[in-house]
Amino acid sequence: MNSIERIKNAFCKKAFIPFITGSDPDIETTERLIFTLAEAGADIIEIGIPFSDPVAEGPVIEAADERALKAGCTVDKLFDMVKKIRKDIKIPLLFMTYYNPIFGYGAERFVSRCVDSGIDGLIVPDLPFDERDELKIFTDKAEIALISLIAPTSGDRTPTIAAASEGFLYCVSSLGVTGTRDSLGNHAKAMIDRVKCVSDIPCAVGFGVSTPEAAVAAVSYADGVIIGSAIVKIVAKYGKESISHVKDFAESIVKIIN
Amino acid sequence: MLIKNGYFGDFGGRFIPETLMNAVIELEKAYNHYKNDPEFVSELNSLLANYAGRPSILYYAEKMTRDLGGAKIYLKREDLNHTGSHKINNVLGQVLLAKKMGKTRVIAETGAGQHGVATATAAALMGMECVVFMGREDTVRQALNVYRMELLGAKVIAVDSGTATLKDAVNAAMREWAARIDDTHYCLGSVMGPHPFPTIVRDFQAVIGREIKEELQAIEGRLPDTVIACVGGGSNAIGSFYEFIGDKEVSLIGCEAAGKGIDTPQNAATIANGRTGVFHGMKSIFCQDAYGQIAPVYSISAGLDYPGIGPEHADLFKQGRAEYVPVTDEQAVDAFEYLSRTEGIIPAIESAHAIAYAMEYAKTLAKEKIIVVTVSGRGDKDVAAIARYRGLDIHE
Repeated sequence: MNSIERIKNAFCKKAFIPFITGSDPDIETTERLIFTLAEAGADIIEIGIPFSDPVAEGPVIEAADERALKAGCTVDKLFDMVKKIRKDIKIPLLFMTYYNPIFGYGAERFVSRCVDSGIDGLIVPDLPFDERDELKIFTDKAEIALISLIAPTSGDRTPTIAAASEGFLYCVSSLGVTGTRDSLGNHAKAMIDRVKCVSDIPCAVGFGVSTPEAAVAAVSYADGVIIGSAIVKIVAKYGKESISHVKDFAESIVKIIN
Repeated sequence: MLIKNGYFGDFGGRFIPETLMNAVIELEKAYNHYKNDPEFVSELNSLLANYAGRPSILYYAEKMTRDLGGAKIYLKREDLNHTGSHKINNVLGQVLLAKKMGKTRVIAETGAGQHGVATATAAALMGMECVVFMGREDTVRQALNVYRMELLGAKVIAVDSGTATLKDAVNAAMREWAARIDDTHYCLGSVMGPHPFPTIVRDFQAVIGREIKEELQAIEGRLPDTVIACVGGGSNAIGSFYEFIGDKEVSLIGCEAAGKGIDTPQNAATIANGRTGVFHGMKSIFCQDAYGQIAPVYSISAGLDYPGIGPEHADLFKQGRAEYVPVTDEQAVDAFEYLSRTEGIIPAIESAHAIAYAMEYAKTLAKEKIIVVTVSGRGDKDVAAIARYRGLDIHE
């Protein structure tokens, strides 16, 4: 089974996909958080590669990126960490990164290090469908997933993107940047209904899901839920001591969505 | 429907979140329609003539020419436009376009404040709500322009993230646009960002070069030998160059901010120190570290304090059609003072980078050669900062 199939299979039940910023507050804590989230029942984990200018992020993840970069995080250190823990973590691991850290590293070299360390897929928020071929030629060859994103504003683009997606489809639930919101409105459901007309690709909702209640609402129409800022907030508050707090939060989500 | 376009050679494109894709596609469609719409063109031309004060004059700097003893120097006086810089050319076009598209609100980023002031002005004129994002650092350096924008009815939001300068103001404006694309147009101030912005801004600024060509033809009966302009994102430079790109005998020189020197960590000289990357919606050349993290840059000039350059400039550089040279703070301040004393023209500190290079370059050319230097803006906004640079304790 290749990475793309492994990711798709993670959606055999409603999937919980937590996001943490790599090396926030340090690489050891990230490593422990990955084990904790996997044990708590996460189905896929997204590890954010910190970037100097994360334009799609709200203040919570932006601050996490700043902390991680200040702690000396580099993509090489993240590759090394993933490689070290990979054999003990059974669920798919994804990198979420802006395109410049990939481009600067060299797309081909970056993808080959993903394969070497055991990364199953990439989410690149500033690499839209129209521009992704220059990376996709390498992810295709390596058989790792390049996850597509759709937004409430995608409109006529939705069927094209959905039909060509792999692994799962990242459904941006609301306009604006990442961050916690009180409610998601009806955008997300309408968007997913449209996807399901053309594709059986699993749909995971992200951007703005922060509470167990919001997660339940999301999985009433989606196949999975991505939670980032709410977890990063816990890490921001407790730092190295955040493990048990993140565990409690993750378990509450897993329990309530299935 | 999904078409990869908006490239200048290897550079450009649109590297933006999916949330914004349809907004830039809609903008591209609207622009392609209105740029050929006689009513739009005539409204814009009327605004440029009757409101901005175009054409701007092409001034023969005779004293400067004599003093330097080399090529004849002409100054393209964009500093004489309404609001005091070339920024008004682009802003009148974009705000008019936004209005035609049914938008009621414009947002903008600003560095020195010139683009913010111009956007606030056009918004006041055309009855649009206006919000300007400005790095906290720049709101301090350019406090007077902050008040000017507020006077014009705009709301100014100081941005604290990152280096609290121009790039962070762009980040904040892009985030705001992603959250409110229904009623809001992002009035980008330079030839940067995702397609179609580099093309739209270039087209609206190309009036500078067209006028240079006509005016010099009327005075000298020929083309210039060299056109020189300062480059941050590069809008006044592309505006000055564009008309001459096909005239291979005209050399084109962009002057970038070398800050305290290109060998120091404190500079913003993208072509000298950067490499190809993807940032702020475009593939172009950026100052960055080995891991693709965008570098904090520095210049005395808030308007040139940006870690990238527009994609069309990156292509002109790669093709060898234009040349880009670094100019330090010290050289720019010297030129700021020199032009003030010699010609009675106080240039913007941004424009002083172009003047500084022209001063050196003119001396190397024969007297029958002709250089045109674009004075992109006036220097009133910089007077207090230059005084402080020279050790005087003057505040606005």
